Amino acid sequence: MMYSEKVMDHFTNPRNVGEIEDASGIGEVGNAKCGDIMKIFLKIEDGIITDAKFNTFGCGAAIATSSMATELIKGKPIEEALKLSNKAVVEALDGLPPVKLHCSVLAEEGVKMALQDYYNKRGEEMPEEYRPRCDGDCSGCGV
Amino acid sequence: MNVYADNAATTRVSEAALEAMLPCFVENYGNPSSPHHIGQKAAQILLAARQTMAEHLGAEASEILFTSGGSEADNQAIITAAVIGARKGKKHIISTKIEHHAVLHALNKLEKEGYEITLLDVYEDGIVRLSDLEAAIRPDTALVTIMYANNEIGTIQPIKEIGALCREKGVIFHTDAVQAAGHLPINVKEQNIDMLSLSAHKFHGPKGAGVFFCRKGIPITSIIEGGAQERGKRAGTENLPAIVGMAAAFKAACEQMPDAAARVQAMRDKLIDGILQLPEVILNGDREKRLPGNVNVSVKGIEGESLLLMLDQAGICASSGSACTSGSLDPSHVLLAIGLTHEVAHGSLRLSLSEYNNDAEIDYILSTLPPIVERLRSMSPVWKKMKEGK
Repeated sequence: MMYSEKVMDHFTNPRNVGEIEDASGIGEVGNAKCGDIMKIFLKIEDGIITDAKFNTFGCGAAIATSSMATELIKGKPIEEALKLSNKAVVEALDGLPPVKLHCSVLAEEGVKMALQDYYNKRGEEMPEEYRPRCDGDCSGCGV
Repeated sequence: MNVYADNAATTRVSEAALEAMLPCFVENYGNPSSPHHIGQKAAQILLAARQTMAEHLGAEASEILFTSGGSEADNQAIITAAVIGARKGKKHIISTKIEHHAVLHALNKLEKEGYEITLLDVYEDGIVRLSDLEAAIRPDTALVTIMYANNEIGTIQPIKEIGALCREKGVIFHTDAVQAAGHLPINVKEQNIDMLSLSAHKFHGPKGAGVFFCRKGIPITSIIEGGAQERGKRAGTENLPAIVGMAAAFKAACEQMPDAAARVQAMRDKLIDGILQLPEVILNGDREKRLPGNVNVSVKGIEGESLLLMLDQAGICASSGSACTSGSLDPSHVLLAIGLTHEVAHGSLRLSLSEYNNDAEIDYILSTLPPIVERLRSMSPVWKKMKEGK
């Protein structure tokens, strides 16, 4: 199994590591049993994601996808963040080994979970097609 | 600095082994089955290698079967015992939960064919209890197969006592000695071993050669059919260079064992003591009854693969039992068998040393590891939860 240079770059120098104290939305996905947990923090102002941070327990791919996913949505309007796909994360990282694709799913779900939290806090409905599907059972995302 | 600390995976070939092998490629390249002088020269070299292996195992040359490695030897031993058992209506096999997959998967296959498999528990220390084995042996038990030393946590089983118990009960005893050979003393007669597997590349021999020792009187079942090599019990032209390299490496390893083991063990103990200085790190497997070169710890709050990648970037080659390094969602069956939670098993780190390592390398590992652990923990939600929970 070989990681691309991009993956190694985002693993070695992960962007956006940390927490946001007054986060507008927080999402946690995965479980320690399967070895990956991602926690995404979003700061949203006027419909724009002004800051995104993460904490991740997991393998190299889990850290790199967290880093890339937060990079991809930072500064973007919510509408664009909602559309973040795991495929986009994989492409931005110049690919992932097949056994690591579930890590990119985790990153997408983490962002969606944080957005869900944002909508919930505001008492608003999250558009149905973008709602997170993560049920904490990693076997569903395929290895 | 580059540090190779993954000697349980494979080892560097020793100078002695390499020197012994080289003439087999260009001078003594004959086929030992050929009657001409070049073939017969090869046959002589093959016999000498067989005698060397036998001598250092306390066996007879006729009891040594050369294989492609440990996995093949394990498979052949298990199939041999299964066939003998089936003839007598005995279809029960006892093993442990921490065996190598070469044993466990061979047993899974037999289970599907109607054999009954009992896997003994090991305790937190990773050691089998004789009383559990005694209770598990039945009149229809065909085989007890228990590894000499574990490949992940390095724990050493009481092989001699297990062998004595099996002999008393009239059950064939096989031991997978792949991790032990060349590192721990072996004498098949004194240790009551009926069948044993070993692999050259774990003791500074080349890859692609191993031994299946089978005590005389036990009829061997061949698993590779073809020519009459290895007394018709293992077809295929012998891998002479690798076999010769194995014999040279094994001889050197056995002769140097007391010194080398003491030196490697001193490095191991320094490494264990140093790593255990880190908070929330535990040693996996018994501290005393473990291979001289094995260190296996769980670093709580972080995941093994990311730890390995960062160590690798610092030049340190190690291993982990995390799921991410196994290609499945489950961490190592060995770590789960000694009672670790999935979460803690995912954070395992194995550093396995050999006589090629030195003190400066141990110091380097000990100075490199803490900041990496610190860094990964600082971004781990699991670690944060652990700290908040206290």
